[in-house]
This record gives sequence, C-alpha cells and structure tokens, in this order.
Amino acid sequence: MATRPYNSALDSIPAGDRPGLLQRLHLDLPLLAGILLLGIYGLLVLFSATEQDPGKEQRQVLRLAMAFVVMLAVAQVPPRILARWAAPLYLAGVLMLVAVLLVGDISKGAQRWLDLGVLRFQPSELLKVAVPMMLAWFLSGRPLPPGGLGILAGAVLIAIPTLLIFKQPDLGTAVLVAGSGAMVLFLAGMSWRLILGIGALGAALMPVLWYLMRDYQRQRVLTFLDPTTDPLGSGYHIIQSQIAIGSGGVYGKGWFNGTQSHLEFLPERTTDFIFAVLGEEWGLAGALVLMAIYLFIILRGLQIAAAAQDSFGRLLAGGLSLIFFVYVFVNTGMVSGMLPVVGVPLPLVSYGGTSLVTIMAGFGMIMSIHTHKKRLPV
Amino acid sequence: MAKLSFTEASDDGRIFTDRAILAGILVALALTLVLARLAKLQITDHAHFTTLAQENRVKLQPLPPTRGLIYDAKGVLLADNFASYSLDLSLEKIDDLQATIAELRELVSIEDKDIRRFERLRAQSGRFDAVPLRLNLSEEEVARVSVNGHRFPGVGIGVELLRYYPLGTATAHVLGYVGRINEREVEQIDPAEYAGTHYIGKSGIEKTYEDVLRGKVGYQQVEVNAKGRVLRVLEGQPPRSGQDLHLHLDIALQQAATQALGEFRGAVVAIDPRTGGVLALVSTPSFDANPFVEGIGAEEYRDLRDDPDHPLFNRAVRGQYPPGSTVKPFVALGGLVTGTISYTASKFCPGYYQLPGNSHRYRDWRKGGHGTVAMEQSIVQSCDVYYYDLAHDMGIDQLHGFLSTFGFGIKTGVDVAGEQPGLLPSKEWALRARKAPWFPGETLIVGIGQGAYLATPVQLAAATAAMANRGQLIQPRVVRATHSPGAPEEPIPLESRRVPVKDGRHWDNIIQAMTAVVERGTAKRIRTNAFQIAGKTGTAQVFTLGQKESYRESAVPERMRDHALFVAFAPVEDPRIAVAVIVENGGHGGSVAAPVARKVLDAYLGQAPAEIDAAEAEDGD
Repeated sequence: MATRPYNSALDSIPAGDRPGLLQRLHLDLPLLAGILLLGIYGLLVLFSATEQDPGKEQRQVLRLAMAFVVMLAVAQVPPRILARWAAPLYLAGVLMLVAVLLVGDISKGAQRWLDLGVLRFQPSELLKVAVPMMLAWFLSGRPLPPGGLGILAGAVLIAIPTLLIFKQPDLGTAVLVAGSGAMVLFLAGMSWRLILGIGALGAALMPVLWYLMRDYQRQRVLTFLDPTTDPLGSGYHIIQSQIAIGSGGVYGKGWFNGTQSHLEFLPERTTDFIFAVLGEEWGLAGALVLMAIYLFIILRGLQIAAAAQDSFGRLLAGGLSLIFFVYVFVNTGMVSGMLPVVGVPLPLVSYGGTSLVTIMAGFGMIMSIHTHKKRLPV
Repeated sequence: MAKLSFTEASDDGRIFTDRAILAGILVALALTLVLARLAKLQITDHAHFTTLAQENRVKLQPLPPTRGLIYDAKGVLLADNFASYSLDLSLEKIDDLQATIAELRELVSIEDKDIRRFERLRAQSGRFDAVPLRLNLSEEEVARVSVNGHRFPGVGIGVELLRYYPLGTATAHVLGYVGRINEREVEQIDPAEYAGTHYIGKSGIEKTYEDVLRGKVGYQQVEVNAKGRVLRVLEGQPPRSGQDLHLHLDIALQQAATQALGEFRGAVVAIDPRTGGVLALVSTPSFDANPFVEGIGAEEYRDLRDDPDHPLFNRAVRGQYPPGSTVKPFVALGGLVTGTISYTASKFCPGYYQLPGNSHRYRDWRKGGHGTVAMEQSIVQSCDVYYYDLAHDMGIDQLHGFLSTFGFGIKTGVDVAGEQPGLLPSKEWALRARKAPWFPGETLIVGIGQGAYLATPVQLAAATAAMANRGQLIQPRVVRATHSPGAPEEPIPLESRRVPVKDGRHWDNIIQAMTAVVERGTAKRIRTNAFQIAGKTGTAQVFTLGQKESYRESAVPERMRDHALFVAFAPVEDPRIAVAVIVENGGHGGSVAAPVARKVLDAYLGQAPAEIDAAEAEDGD
C-alpha cells in the first residue's frame, strides 16, 4: 500500500497566463496576508508579555522568520510529492514516538524529546502534520465517502500515535493529533450515524480514559470543574488568567499596563496563557480582532480546500485548516476557563518555536495545494 | 488502482464542499462562543475581576511605630530601642523544614532553646506569618545568610526594634518590661493597634503606660508582584512614634537605695512629698529584664521563679506587710483629731495591757514597761501599751475611719502595674472576709499595726509623705511627664486629697515626736547634724509568740525573724523626701531599716554616706 503511486495528474501546468510573483513563489495572497497580520499582532502582544526578558521577543522574531522560510519551502513541494511522503513520514514519526518512550529525555516530568546529538527533537510535533497527511492519502485512495472498514482503518491510524503521545504524557499534543485525524475523517464524509455513534462511544469510554490518566491530568480535569478547590495549586493558573481577562474589560488596561501579567501573577504568560495577556491589556476589543484574523485564515483555508483539484488536496488542506482552528479553540477555551487546562499554544502568538514551525509547514502545504493546480480542460 | 474519473472527483468534491461549509459555520460559532465567554468575564463580571486583580496587586502593610523612650529625672536613658535582626522562616514556602534548619545551622548558630522558642511561636502564628528561628543575629551572621539567601526559599532576615534596659536589674521592678504578645493578650488587644508589632508592656511602667508608649501604627499600600516582593509604595500613612516618658525617679537615688539594702530582701520607696513623685522604688533582690524581651528560656525562667528569695516579686508595690509601730504616729494623730486624748495626757505602762474582765495580757515589746508616758514619749519609745489603750478608747470604727484617710487599705494608684491594696481591718471586713464578728482585742492589735493589718511599702511612703506635707495625700507617680517629639512636655496632672485635720498644731505635735524618735529615740543611731529627720521605727511579726514565750532573735530561724520597718522624711522644716523601708526578716526597725533610710536620705539630700554603728543603743521597736 505504501508503494501506491499518487495518481491524480495535476502537475506541469502549461504556461498560459503569465503567473505573478506570488504565484511563482507558490504563495496565496489572502492567506499570506492573514498570517503576516497575525504574526505582527502576536509579536505586539508578546512584546508586552516578555517585558521582563527582552531577548525573548528577538528570538521569536527570528523563529517567525525561520518558520516563514519553512512555509515557503514546503509551498514549493507539489501535492503529489506530499502524498508520496505521507506514509513514510507517518511511519518514521510513529517509530520515533516509540523511541522517545524508550530512550527519550525527560523534561518537566514528561518524555517528549529525542536527542539526535545535533538537535533535540520532539517527534510528536511531526505527527501533527504526518497524521492528516496519512489520513488524506489513505482516504483519497479509496471511494469516498469511506465505508465502515475505511473509517476503522483511519481510526487505527489515528489511535496509534495518539496513544503513544498520550503515554509520554502530553495531553495537549495528543488532543491535537487525534483532532487532526478526526477532522480529515469528518471532511471525507464520514456518515453522521458513525459520528454520533463514536460520540456516544466516546462518552461511554470516559471512565476508561479517566483510568488511563496520570494523576496530574486527572487533577487538571478536577480543577477545571472547580478551580477554587485548589487556588494555590493547579487551580492557580486558571483563576489568575480569568482575573487577568475579566479585569481587562472591553478596551483593556492598555499595552504594557496589565498588572496580572507584569507583576507575574499570570503564569506561563508568554506561552500557553498569552491570550490572557491580550485579554487584560487589549480587552474584549483586542480579542475580537484576533478572533477575526483567525476566522479569516481558517475560512480561507477551507475555501482553498474546497477549490482543490483532488481528494488528497481537499482533505489535507481542509484537515490542516480545521486543526488550526482546534489549536485556537482549545487554547482560548482553556485560558478563558471553558475547557480544562491542556498544553496547547495559541498559534502564531505564543512564544516558542516547535509548534510554530509545524503550523507554518501546514500553511505551506495548503499554499502548495492551491498553487500547484493543473489546468483542466474546459 | 484505476485512474480517478472526473465524475468521481466532482462527486466526492460535492460532499467535501458541504462538509467544509458546515465546518466553516461551526468554526465561526465556536469562536463566537469563546467571545461570548470573554464578554461574560470582561463585561458582566468585570467589576468582580477588577477587584480581584487589585487585591492581588495591592497589599496593605502595617508600619509599626517606635516605642517611646523612658528617661529618669536627670535625663538618664532607662529604656531604649535597638534594631535587632532575626532569621525568619515563611513556613508555607518551605517544603522540608528539618532539612532547611539543618542547612541553616551551618551558617548561623541555632541552639536547642532557639528551636523550642521557634516551635512555641509557630504554634501561635498564622499560616502566612514569618516565624523567627533566631533572634539578635550578629552583623556577620546577617551577611552570611544574605549571601546564601538564594539557596533558601522562604528564609529571610527580619528587622525590628527591640526594647533594651541599659541598667538591667536596677530598673526591672519599677519599669517592668515588654515581651512578646502571648495568646491570652492576643484576645484582649485591638489587633489593628498592634499590627506589625510583636511586643506589649507586661509589667511596671511599661504596662501602665502601654497606650502612651506604643504610638500609633501606620500603614502603607504597596504594589507587590506574585512573589510578594514590594515594587513601590502607592500611598501610606506614616506611624506616629510613642511618647517618651520622663520620670520623677532619680536613677542615682534608685541605685543608692539598692546598694543600701545590700544582700537583704526588702523594699525602699522614696517620694517627694511636694509632688507625690516617686524618687526611688526598689525591691530586692531584682532581676535583669532584658532576657524577658525576647522571650526568656524555660530553664532560666524556672530558676528565677523557684528562687526562694522571689526576685520576680515586686515587694515595693505588691509586698503586703504588717506595718507594725510605723503606724503609731498616725494612730496618735487620730487620737488627737477625734479628741480621744490630748498630746500631754499620760498613761502608765506596766509592760502589758489587759482588757477589763479578761485575763489575756497584751504585752509591750519592753518587758518591764515604759512607766508613765505621754504621747511624745509613746512615739519616741514606741510604747505598745499606750496604743493598746488609745486604740481601745477610740474603738475600731474611729480607728479604721481615720487611718483610711491616709490611704491604708486602699491602692495608692501608683503608676506601677500590679499594686496590692494592703488591708486595714474593720468590723465590716471581719464579717465579710472572716464571717466572724469583731473581737475587742483586735482593736488593740490594729493600734500597733499588727495582726490582719497589712500595708505595702508604697502605701507607707505615701502616708509618710502626707504626714510630711501636713495632710496632703498625693497619688504617688513614677512618671512626671509625657513628651511627644516636637511638642512641649505634658506633665501628668497631680491628684491629691486632704487628710481632715482641723487643728494645725496636731501636725506640729506628731512631727515633733517623730523628730524626737531620731534625735533621741529608737532611731537615734541615724541622727545627723546635716539635716533633721522625722521618722518612726517598726517591727512586723512574722509569727506569733505564745503567751509565755519571749522572742529571742538569735534563736529564731532567719525566715521566721521579724521584718524591720522604718518610715521617715527630711528635712523636717522643709520636707523634700519621704521614705519607707522594709527589710524582710531584718529584725528591728531601728537597727536595720533606719540605717538604710538614712543612706537614701543622704544620697538625695547631698550628704556623703554615713558610717552608722550597728551595735549602738538598745534594739528599740
């Protein structure tokens, strides 16, 4: 199966209209504009959040630039090559996850890192793109919408890396990896009966999940249900972030004027909880602007997916767009106290390089899908 | 596999588009849901969260005031404050207390008594209070802890002003001391007034003038970060220092009186009869109050408490002794005022006294009797029989009534905390306290200051001062004035009442007799040409002799010997000092207590201390 060729003939667009610069660079202007706007907006928020450590802002600018280069590079890769790489990338990713569990470095109580000598690498990040690629490739090779067997196979493909990551333990990434696969299944046209059935099964399996959870993960869920039970322990994060957001009001306390963030009451303010800094300093208005940019990017991604020429392109572009949404929803939901605390960054705003590269690689794929179209006979 | 047909592609493309549009709608709804959640936090609950953010950021810190200082009459500093550094542990930030203490031991010396005090204070503190592990760190220890501070989260150096009594034992009983607020006091004080302060006046002047000395606590609003570090002061009200106290007490006289008592257990109270100012207030043996400030060790405290000489007991205001013959001038004055007897009328003293129809003999201290004595001689020779008869004639009601006017049986109101009232027996007292009627014989015993009659040294001194100034009984005061920085001194108002004596000649008579006591009577050994002294000796029985027994000092164990008393004032023509001396188990007033009084008078009236021959003259009462 892994040797099956990608067979939708979409390469070699014959020269008709002279393509513009963006077209030649395989970039999509609206998506690019959305990403740049988001990047700049994020840097402004981070600038205030990193006041105590100015070096962070510079490093983040550098990372954004690097991630941008990654996006540009990935955008040059035609979709058929992406499809060809899907299975090897997925296999390599799963093998590395196994390796992490066996020989990985322990950092902050979790085994997530693989030390390759020259660079430390977090294989779970790779799976965030490898899983939707694999699912898109697998499903596009069969008639759509997929039947029960196809869904089952897809579910197994999702479950293997998800469980391995969950075991590290890294609940946040596990949620994202599972979500990325599920989004592809949904877009592939999985029947509503199955969706509801799995939903019901999921609810029934909650106690099993509870049993599998580590103590600190259980504590997070308990704390989510009532943060005040442990105001100085695990409830502290969520209480302080709600105070930050709530005290921001409609227009915020002003840039650099957030007391919760600048006086260090807000933990993880440059990473997972940066949305609270935005809420405190820029208020509801600032959050509205951010949400609008996110919505624009996601909708543009879905639009590109709908306009793609083949199933692989549609499923991959759509899956990547929706997983971007999952990032946003899980993070903002967590910071505002609607969802339990799971370690998911706010995409393109949170400080940190690894997830940034993954996300931008995803955008590169979406752009590639949009810009490597074969002219169809009219 | 087969090449995908165009139809197939467009077919699953339609399904995809439907799903993509649905997904887009769901995404928009989900993001709107997040915004709705934000609106709830930022609009509906905005005020609530603003308050919480403010409470996070702004802390109210108490600023403890500086306790007022205490100076003697000549400006000598008696109670000072000095900055003391302590090693404080914030327990909620320390995971392994034992390990932390063990590591700190390598930097500063921590003894077992420090651990015990720490455990005691820890039990009394709240969860977020810093508890001192070591007090009084040296500068070197402070430096060592500061350099290594980063290794010890939750360990800090605290600084507070600690009370210090430079003269130690000389002032312990009169000044008292401050100490850490204990659990019982915590319930009584206003916590707002004591915010940031751990100390309170426990006894003496420190307790009486607690409210004056303490000052007013200040506050500052500070902005803190999450670690509790103060970033800036937002606003504040500075503390107001406590007022300084200026005493009537003359520390030189205090030390002279202490020295005069020497190894004896006893008390000296000296009062200026013109002002009621307490010039000296001594109780021996004394103790050093300084260890009490920081919390005295259990062992050290036990030693003081169980010492048979009771050094912690303030005899000057709490010691209640039978006043003995020192009351005779007052009883005699009562006889004159009530018209019971005249100054010149004589009585015959055969050495004993019998009530009509009763065989019991009330004995005079001199076996053979004093023969025929009038009032002056009765005081000069301290004739008991004269006073048995006079008391009998006056009756207990008149006796009690008149002696009360000199303050016997009532607290003087001296500003040294813990004063006892003494006891002036009466018929009413007998019924109330003893549930028994008054016996006529008891009246006789009251007449010579024995039996149930009890007086404190400060009471005797105040009554003697009233005798010296001819009837003005002034409430004795150690403190002359309070003083706030930048304001004039505020004198403590004088409170006094008059002893009702209509005929001024009565005063002349009694003072003349008291002068004769020193000129040629029971206290003639302390006579001096430098100034005239009026005085009266006294002996207080510690135990009662049987009818046939006689008292021989050398045969009685030391603790059962009589107490020696002496009251005096000088100079007679213009009294500037009245003094009461009691020497526990000292024997006779004339031979033991009077010389102590003379040394006090000498020290105050500018006379070189006299050599007094202790073996001279008979041991009069």
